[in-house]
Amino acid sequence: MLDTARIRPDFPLLARQENGQRLVYLDNAATSQKPRKVIEAIVHYYTFHNANVHRGAYALAVEATDAYEAARTAVARFVNAWAREGVVFTRGTTESINLVAASWGRTNVRRGDTVVVTAMDHHSNIVPWQILCQEKGATLRMVEITGDGRIDLADFGRALEAKPKLVAFPYVSNSLGTVNPAAQLIKLAHSAGAVTVVDGAQSSPHLQVDVQELDCDFYALSGHKMLAPMGSGALIAKPALLEAMPPYHGGGEMIERVWDDRSSWNKIPHKFEGGTPNVEAAVGLGAAIAYLEQLGMERVAAHEQELARIAVDRLSQIDGVTVYGPPDHRAGVVPFTYGDIHPHDLATILDKDGVCIRAGHHCTQPLMRRLGVAATARASFYIYNDVDDIDALVTAVRKAGELFGVPA
Amino acid sequence: MSSPPPDLSELYQQVILDHNRNPRNFKRIESAKCKAEGNNPLCGDRIQLYVQLDDDTISDVGFQMPQGSGCAISKASASLMTEAVKGKRIGDAEEMFEAFRTMLAGGANAPGKLAAFSGVRAFPSRIKCANLAWHALHAALQGSAAPVTTESARDF
Repeated sequence: MLDTARIRPDFPLLARQENGQRLVYLDNAATSQKPRKVIEAIVHYYTFHNANVHRGAYALAVEATDAYEAARTAVARFVNAWAREGVVFTRGTTESINLVAASWGRTNVRRGDTVVVTAMDHHSNIVPWQILCQEKGATLRMVEITGDGRIDLADFGRALEAKPKLVAFPYVSNSLGTVNPAAQLIKLAHSAGAVTVVDGAQSSPHLQVDVQELDCDFYALSGHKMLAPMGSGALIAKPALLEAMPPYHGGGEMIERVWDDRSSWNKIPHKFEGGTPNVEAAVGLGAAIAYLEQLGMERVAAHEQELARIAVDRLSQIDGVTVYGPPDHRAGVVPFTYGDIHPHDLATILDKDGVCIRAGHHCTQPLMRRLGVAATARASFYIYNDVDDIDALVTAVRKAGELFGVPA
Repeated sequence: MSSPPPDLSELYQQVILDHNRNPRNFKRIESAKCKAEGNNPLCGDRIQLYVQLDDDTISDVGFQMPQGSGCAISKASASLMTEAVKGKRIGDAEEMFEAFRTMLAGGANAPGKLAAFSGVRAFPSRIKCANLAWHALHAALQGSAAPVTTESARDF
């Protein structure tokens, strides 16, 4: 396990008191807290290096550009990208996926084609494909999940029989915590001739990711779930794909030359970064990656998996609690329900004890329908959480049971 | 931030826990002329409301929530609302909605049992839960065909 006693003081917000009690932050799948190093990197950037990037001929602008591009190098190293040119900065996973749908999708998906997603995908990896398929007259095929919360490989195989143009799935489910066999799914999709999109929003913060080993075509990540600022994120892609794709947003920076009636495009990745980018977000993301690399992603993953194992075990001991998701191959995400207490009521009651969890559909309504619930409560862990946090969670859940008269 | 922490027993008053466990008028009214659906897209709460009118009097009212889709606050609020407006004239029901909303916005307590929801004021994230059924009632009485959502409502 990680030494949380040394990690927690790095996160100023965790010193906050909630209703006179220690804040127990267990909503990390929604967003993570930020270490002082990240906050300081942003302040440092604005204090000493702020200028517009890729434009100025003066030293200050060069410094800003260097800081921005250093962050790109950090992202490329963090996920072992094919090349740093294959790292496009975006606002996050949602924008990364929309970029692929709007650019690659509009160019390559035609009437009668099929696009495959899974029933455990986040809305951000469903809705862009719905919009694309509706526009093109293509078919969106949703792969079913098994009873224990995994992608149904038999149904995945059936979906591939349609020779889909594109297959999209989450590496780690935000609602179930399932760690999907990404490399295997990608191999299967490739043999059916599909291009693959991996939603990495929940894997990038928690697992050692190697996109070359996965051999996916596109990989999307969000910075804010991995210690970095909101509005930071990236699309990592095979450079040859990006080269062949039309631009996403027109504007400054993404052009090579502009004539009266047409333009030519800048080299990748700049072709996809029209307008002044969010430099502070990129700089913050670079600092977040440095922090995580210092801990080591394998240790991060092991820490969270151990916390999830303990939490599943402890919550399951409470009569009336149902824990969702697979028994193994689970990241630090623990969704549960308790008797007939609505998850929103649970979240309100837990909040009174300073325990922050998420309640709702977690932007996965197709999944909720398949689980047969309108909502779940979800505890999700990160590097600063420890067994004390699980104790606080379990104690508060038991209190909710007493208040609502769920039999103990 | 510096106000004293709100107490859970003020939010989950006995009458609310009772109506959550045993909702009144929890029924579909097939013949109802006025119907409305309410959604709280943030949490997935959904309500179907049925209002039977006799001239301008609410002669019967019922509601349904798909399995598990109502939290204690939204379900108890719907239940207490049906009790409060049954037998009332449309104008009186709309006045009650206004009083209820005013209470949640920090104003005076609403009349009768509806005052049980005064504790919701201290839990801003739950105000939409308490208002959901009332928005649906308002839509049903207006004859609005489109489902109402708490996102289009002026709750704050």
